[in-house]
Amino acid sequence: MRLTVHDLACRRSGRLIFEGLSFSLGGGGALAVTGRNGAGKSTLLAILAGRLQAEAGTVALEGAGERTLPECLHLVGHREALKTALTAEENLAFAARLLGAPALQPAEALERVGLAHAARLPVAYLSAGQRRRVALARLLVARRPVWLLDEPTAALDATSQGTLQAMMGEHLADGGLIVAATHQALGIAGIAEIRIERPAAVLPPGDA
Amino acid sequence: MSAFLAILSRDLALANRIGGSGWLGLVFFLLIVTLVPFALGPDLNLLSRIGPAILWIAAVLATLIGLDRLFQADEEDGSLDLLRSAPAPLEVLVLAKVVAHWLTTGLPLALASPLFGLLVALSPEGMAAMVATLIVGTPALTFVGAVGAALTATLRRGGLILAILVLPLMVPTLIFGVSAANAATGGTVPFATPFLILAALSLVAAVVGTLGAAAALRFGE
Repeated sequence: MRLTVHDLACRRSGRLIFEGLSFSLGGGGALAVTGRNGAGKSTLLAILAGRLQAEAGTVALEGAGERTLPECLHLVGHREALKTALTAEENLAFAARLLGAPALQPAEALERVGLAHAARLPVAYLSAGQRRRVALARLLVARRPVWLLDEPTAALDATSQGTLQAMMGEHLADGGLIVAATHQALGIAGIAEIRIERPAAVLPPGDA
Repeated sequence: MSAFLAILSRDLALANRIGGSGWLGLVFFLLIVTLVPFALGPDLNLLSRIGPAILWIAAVLATLIGLDRLFQADEEDGSLDLLRSAPAPLEVLVLAKVVAHWLTTGLPLALASPLFGLLVALSPEGMAAMVATLIVGTPALTFVGAVGAALTATLRRGGLILAILVLPLMVPTLIFGVSAANAATGGTVPFATPFLILAALSLVAAVVGTLGAAAALRFGE
């Protein structure tokens, strides 16, 4: 499986966010997307996830057969996609049914991220770090080859960062792909890095 | 199919949890129906004549309650991104959400309408006609509203814009719903004529509403 991005450009509200972005990532490869605040790291992940349209360039996933890129990926972003009225376990059970390709049971996934005791609590009662861990546990309940992680270590304590590092290591060893927007070192050996720079000239709105 | 059922059961569960709007529409419906006799006075003949119209207007307004949160809640917490990565077309997922919304708003309204019909002095035939027209007609309201809900999903105060967008589109449903309910209690038009048009409106709205809402979500940003 290979994810290839060629000459990608993104414009939002007439403003060019980035252009000429290219990279290629094979199975077992990890890519750290860096850049200062507002450079477009989350925007890049949103384009890969199919939420935003690219201004120019192509995104291709080889070796996925009939499946499109959004059907092959997990996205863990700032908005954790958790329903606060449901329990952690219910949220994960929903994700597993929605996404298909079940892997771990919700209870097992929560145990892996150290939240077995909170499985039956509504997510509204959990702290920011605990919510992030529930969102990361979603990576384990459905098997998907591409992980898009937006600041995955935000709000995590040292132990949880270690758990995440181990999870990412296993995923890569399985031949998975990881694209992570991050400011911190993720502790993955052999991780590639791409830095998004703001274009030198910021074009005025409407100017093509 | 698994994705459809997953969303349906999650949304039904959410409607019944704290903060869910499962029963609010019904209470709002009751309040509007109760207000009208207070405003009109105790003229039972007048009330039973305009009863179907009151119940239908109340149903239209009650459908709007909670409609603004249909996609907005998922947009805000990121669940919409999760839905987009499901191995099913967005249309199927939208359909699941709208069906769940109808089951928690439209259907309770229709089933409770005989009880509320008592407040506006409806005859037994009138009550039966109200249940039938609301069961057949409220899906049209919900599906039309879903397009507006999808268009306003990213707006912070989308509720009012939503009402302005979709209320004019609900007029045909209102006209044929009320005329079918009136035809059942007398008049020159047979019940089946407006009732079949009402059913047709719901079927058309189910298709157009699902495709329209999915398209609005797809190109929302």
